[in-house]
Amino acid sequence: MSTPAIVGTLDDETTTTPRSRRRRRDDAHGAEAGTHHRGPVWTVLGYAGMVLVVLLVAVPLFWILITSFKERGDIYVRPAQWWPEPATGENYHELTTRIPFFDYVRNSVIITSATSVAKIVLGVLSAYALSLLRFPGRGVVFLVVIAALMVPNQITVISNYALVAQLGWRNTFQGIIIPLAGVAFGTFLMRNQFLNLPGEIIEAARLDGAGPMKLLWRVVLPMSWPTLVAFALITVVNEWNEYLWPFLMSDDETTAPLPVGLTFLQNNDGVTNWGPVMAGTVLAMLPILVLFLFLQRQMIKGLTAGAVKS
Amino acid sequence: MATVYFDEATRRFSKDDAPAVDGITLDIADGEFLVLVGPSGCGKSTTLRMLAGLEPVDGGRILVDGHDQKGVRARDRDIAMVFQSYALYPNMTAAQNMAFALDNAKVSKAETRQRVAEAARILELEPLLDRKPGQMSGGQRQRVAMGRAIVRNPKVFCMDEPLSNLDAKLRVSTRSQIAGLQRRLGITTVYVTHDQVEAMTMGHRVAVLRDGRLQQVDTPERLYDSPVNTFVASFIGSPAITLVESEVREGVAHVHGVPVPLDRAVAGKAGEKAVIGLRPESWHVVASPTSGSNGSAVALNVELVESLGSESFVYGRPAGAGEEAGRVTVRLDKRTHLTVGDVVHVEPNRGEVHVFDASTGDRIEA
Repeated sequence: MSTPAIVGTLDDETTTTPRSRRRRRDDAHGAEAGTHHRGPVWTVLGYAGMVLVVLLVAVPLFWILITSFKERGDIYVRPAQWWPEPATGENYHELTTRIPFFDYVRNSVIITSATSVAKIVLGVLSAYALSLLRFPGRGVVFLVVIAALMVPNQITVISNYALVAQLGWRNTFQGIIIPLAGVAFGTFLMRNQFLNLPGEIIEAARLDGAGPMKLLWRVVLPMSWPTLVAFALITVVNEWNEYLWPFLMSDDETTAPLPVGLTFLQNNDGVTNWGPVMAGTVLAMLPILVLFLFLQRQMIKGLTAGAVKS
Repeated sequence: MATVYFDEATRRFSKDDAPAVDGITLDIADGEFLVLVGPSGCGKSTTLRMLAGLEPVDGGRILVDGHDQKGVRARDRDIAMVFQSYALYPNMTAAQNMAFALDNAKVSKAETRQRVAEAARILELEPLLDRKPGQMSGGQRQRVAMGRAIVRNPKVFCMDEPLSNLDAKLRVSTRSQIAGLQRRLGITTVYVTHDQVEAMTMGHRVAVLRDGRLQQVDTPERLYDSPVNTFVASFIGSPAITLVESEVREGVAHVHGVPVPLDRAVAGKAGEKAVIGLRPESWHVVASPTSGSNGSAVALNVELVESLGSESFVYGRPAGAGEEAGRVTVRLDKRTHLTVGDVVHVEPNRGEVHVFDASTGDRIEA
């Protein structure tokens, strides 16, 4: 499918930012070469494809949102109701009164921030050691880290559970946080970032008398900012949504995070009352959504950093 | 300020390959400006990086002020380096870039400010102190990189082709600035370049390297006037020297058929064949094929004329010689006008002939 042509058409119809102008010029090139513009059929197909993908993502979200405002009886009606009629806040009220919702929020915040901080710090430090410090066995250590990345979490769950239960850490924060703090992904991502930094700048800093930590804080990290933001955001989202391990580790409101709390809500009813569950889901999504909106620009810069040599 | 001594210093990147730097012995005096020059891949940058502590020394030693640098970390050597890419810290302003090393060395804030201001004044960087490298031109970045080195007042400056990213005009002016700055500060400087003009104009002495081996260390004049072998002879000087393999009979070399009498002792050592080297200015034009001092001259078919205004260089092939005969380069003054296709008769100047051994390429001296 000729996506660039579609993007070009969109831009032509809307603004004339420098970027769109450049694209238009590219399109002109393409037209000359006879490669880009493939006629209206392809354009329509392109739009149809995009609409399909948007629907695939947006419909479930929309459904969650409207269900959270529906009255209990309206949730199961056929044909499906695409607008809450009448709209009610009752589900939200029920959510906050029937389960200790804010305890779960607090637990989620504690677990997410502690795990994220641990993962980011460990990821950055290990990546730094594995990319810019020289020591014997560096390659082997990196291979082991990569190997860890290949093992799905679900496989280690049983042995981790046995160990943590033996330590008496069930229903404790450390029992949830410590096994989650391993960081193969972060090590991998940040190591590649550090290796892509110009070697001469690192050497210049060494000649300027910077010790290892100073080199990291003053030179290496500032140059790696977009990647670090992307890594941090991915980590926070993952930890916020972490379900399996906390679910195994805790069964009450003293330590269970939101996703687990919502399960309790589901189980309480026997027959699930989806209204409050959907309301809980909406509230659980909000903080991450806000964070995403704030950081998305930097994050996307980070994910594509190094793709094009500047 | 310090002396630097390379004692058979060797660097091997892998066991099987030839060493990148092969047993270099080089004595650099306190306050000297030494230029390392050679074609790419000759080991000049590696030599510099070994001195700075960025490459290990696999054999031999490097001494700074008489102290063996083995095991001394780069950051403890008190050596400042200017990189080809400048390697400025992109997240810091010009002032912060220059202050970084002083900050690391725990120099007081007041003194740091004063030294940065002083360096900025010398390098005319004052209006740029608050700018980041991304907002500067190539020449400005180059000056910040220089500033970063001079604020430290180090024992040794290492410069790795610091001018090669500048445009031609800026390169010439910066060249003299750096040389002047070095004279003023008196700091021992090792300067790497592949540009022989930079080497000849900047250094007190020039070290020529080839395939990791030191060929000759000498003043620019002596490098030009008495190169130790054909490699140095052809590397130094622009346009390059003309080297002609010639027969030597009874103390006379025959350069493209023109007899050139040699010093008797030199002729004796040369044997039957020698490589005769003639600089572009070591020829003069004669009126006709027979009007040379020995009644003969080389007839050149002019293939290329480079006119520089004050002088011009003519590249021609001896008439009657095949493609395998090398070109002869002759310098002419601006009064002589030639065009491609002309035939010009030239004769070597007496006493301006370099003689090299035909098999080894080494210089033959009396």
